[in-house]
Order: sequence, then C-alpha cells, then structure tokens
Amino acid sequence: MARLSPRRPGCYDSRILELRAGELTEILKGEGLLCERGGRPVFARLHFALAPGSALVLKGPNGSGKSSLLRLCAGLIRPSAGRLLRGGRPVDHDPDGHRADLRYMGHLPALKPALTLRRNLEHWAMLYGVGDPVARVEAALSRVRLGTLADLPARLLSAGQQRRAAIARLLLQPASLWLMDEPTVGLDARSLDDLTRLMAEHVEAGGAIMVATHQPLDLPSMQDLDLSAFRPEEAFT
Amino acid sequence: MSVFWSVVRRDLEIAWAQGGGAGFTVIFFVITVTLFPFGVGPEPGVLARIAPGILWVAALLASMISLDRLFAADLEDGSFDHLLLLPEPLAVIVAAKCLAHWITTSLPLILVAPLLALMVNLEAEAFPVLILSLLIGTPAVTAIGAVGAALTAGIRRAGTLIALIVLPLAIPILIFGVAAVEAARMALDPAPHLMLLAGTGCFALVLGIAAAGAALKLAME
Repeated sequence: MARLSPRRPGCYDSRILELRAGELTEILKGEGLLCERGGRPVFARLHFALAPGSALVLKGPNGSGKSSLLRLCAGLIRPSAGRLLRGGRPVDHDPDGHRADLRYMGHLPALKPALTLRRNLEHWAMLYGVGDPVARVEAALSRVRLGTLADLPARLLSAGQQRRAAIARLLLQPASLWLMDEPTVGLDARSLDDLTRLMAEHVEAGGAIMVATHQPLDLPSMQDLDLSAFRPEEAFT
Repeated sequence: MSVFWSVVRRDLEIAWAQGGGAGFTVIFFVITVTLFPFGVGPEPGVLARIAPGILWVAALLASMISLDRLFAADLEDGSFDHLLLLPEPLAVIVAAKCLAHWITTSLPLILVAPLLALMVNLEAEAFPVLILSLLIGTPAVTAIGAVGAALTAGIRRAGTLIALIVLPLAIPILIFGVAAVEAARMALDPAPHLMLLAGTGCFALVLGIAAAGAALKLAME
C-alpha cells in the first residue's frame, strides 16, 4: 500500500517512486475489457494503460461507458471479459490491496444530510484508518476552501460545495490511483482551478488519475481515451 | 476490526442525528401490545395465557419497521460505493451495520418489554427469561432482516416486501422464544428452549450476514 506521510501531502512512499523511476509497470492496465450493463454491452475489447505520474481523460458521448469503466477499475463491477492488471498483476489476486490504494469519486456526494460536513468526513477518515482524523479533515477541508462551512449540516451545502466535499474525501488518505467521475460538475471557476492544481500535484507526485470529464483540464502528461472507439459492433448486440 | 467499530459508530451517530427510526420501533411495539387488552378483553387470566405470544409477535413486527433503511440510505447517497471500497470483506461491513441497527432498534424494544409484560399480566418469574429470550433472538431477526433489506435494496418503498420475505423465515426464532417464556411462566426449566433459540439464532446470524453480503454484491452489478 502506498501511503503519504500525513504531514506532507504530495510525497509518496518509495514504492511509487521506484515504479516511476523504472517505468516498468503501469499502475493500472486494462486488456480486452468487455463491460455489460443490464445484459447489453457498453464497450468491448477496451485497452488502456495508466502509467505512474500520468492522467487518462475518458472522452466519449453520454452512455459510452465512462462511468462504467471507472466503476470497473474500482472493482465495484466486474468485467464480463478481459482483465485488469494492477502493477502488472491481475487485480483479482489482491483485491484488498487494490482497493486500499485507490480513491474513487462518483456522481453521488456520499454525505449524510443530518451530520455536519466535518463529522461526515471524520467518519470516512476513521474508516480509512487515518492516524489523526481531526487534523486530517481540517487540512483537507481547507484545501477545498470549505473550512468555514465545516460545522454546517451537510444538507445545507450547495451542489458545488458537495462536490468540493467529495474532493476533500479524496485527500483524506493518500492513494496512488484516483478514479474521478465528472469531478468538475457544479464547480465555480476558482474551485475548478483548485481541483486542477490538486490533480496536477497528484500526478507530479507520481500518482495516476483516470478522469471522466467534458471540461478541458490542463494536467501534466495527460492522455485522452476515446470510448467511442470501443463501441461494441452491431453483430455483438 | 477497527473498520467494524468505525462503521458501527458512524451508523449510531447518523441514527442519533436524524432521529426517528428507534422511536418509531418502540412506539409501534407499545401500541401493538396495548391493542391486545382492548381486543381480547382485560381478563387477567386470558392475557397472562397469551402474553409470551403477544410480546414476541409484537417485537418481531416492530423489528420490521426501519429495516428498509438498513442499506437503502447508503446506496442512495453513494456511501455504499465507498464502504465497498474499504479493504475489508463485505461481511464485516454488513455485520457492523446489523449491530448498529440492532442497538438502535431492538435494544430500546427490549428495555421497554418488561413494562409491557406488566400490562399484559405476564408472571413476574417469566420476566428475566423474556428479556433473555429477546436478547438472544432479536440479533438473529436483524440478520434475517438484513437479507430482506439487501434483496430489496434497489426498490422504492420496500418495507412491506421486506416483511413478507423476513417474517416467514423468523418463525423458528418466534417458536423457541415463546416456548422459553412459556416454560418460565409454568415454572418449568426454560434452558432447553433458550439453547435451541441460541442455536437457531447463531445459524441465522452467520447465514444471514453472508447472504445479505451476496445479495448486496448482486445489487451493485
């Protein structure tokens, strides 16, 4: 498991730095992935490779499987065919290790409306086994400029603020792989800048990001993956 | 193990912050038991005769009340994805959520049970056994309930459906629970019934948590 030291966000443990230096293995690699939702194929024969210190931007029209690919990479759904490799080894060999070293950011806020924003995040910090949850949450909230709203019940947050809270959860526990589903939706210009900076820092520190977005992002060593290229053929459906 | 207790703590705090659930369960329990003296008549002998059955059936029905929120709340707001991504087996998460649910719903119900037992004229000697049988039996009911809650997690207004799935499966628990209280009423030894209850309960607990986990995995696909 790659873990940041709590006091120095952006600094990854030696394993990742080794990986980066050697460029031997991708953090995540997909081979011939077939994804089916409700019995219908969404994409087929999909290949991708995500190297440490790079970002993969998923493109494609609505319904082309961007969210499905992210959920598949997180291990929340399983591919109907093909395989997913983590550091050169099939994810199935060590699913717990894979999950421990990734952060997923979905469409939904995953905030409990009755609890304060701070408490919501502190619970996640405790679930992630963070050493000092209170300080960690404080730091994450200030990174997304939500420090002043921390003691408000989560139900009072706007859509954009909920997104920023989801970004803050991403920062609670370092992981080498970030999977982000439309992270920019509802963000104002300044928050978008903050997010881009956080993502750039993550990539520069040797982490990897797979992100689905319609917003142009400016990230170092960024590549596009157009999912419409992997549309299943008619014969297939 | 720390994840287990973190989930328990989180669920307890959420239940406390939003209120509702536990209160409804206890009020439902109280009202259901109170209906019997009105329906059957206030004849103390008759009430004492059927008291174990009344209390256990009412407790079982009350346990169904907030089961539909057990997993649905986390599935709806996306929390469940993040719980699944914790590097722990799903059974640990399910067991923790069941424990928190039991503490917020069944435990208050067990605490008011003696009061209601008084109302339906249960013999005082049977009180400890009533409490004990509920303490042993209700965790199993929660575990069976978790299967129903997991199977119906994606469905809106699943409450009734859960009761239809869970109540038939809880019949063995009901039989042994009532038999234990009945034995105590008659000044007989309740131990064999309690042991059978505990045995059935352990079986239901293990199987229920595993089955609920499997059903939730299916719901995520």
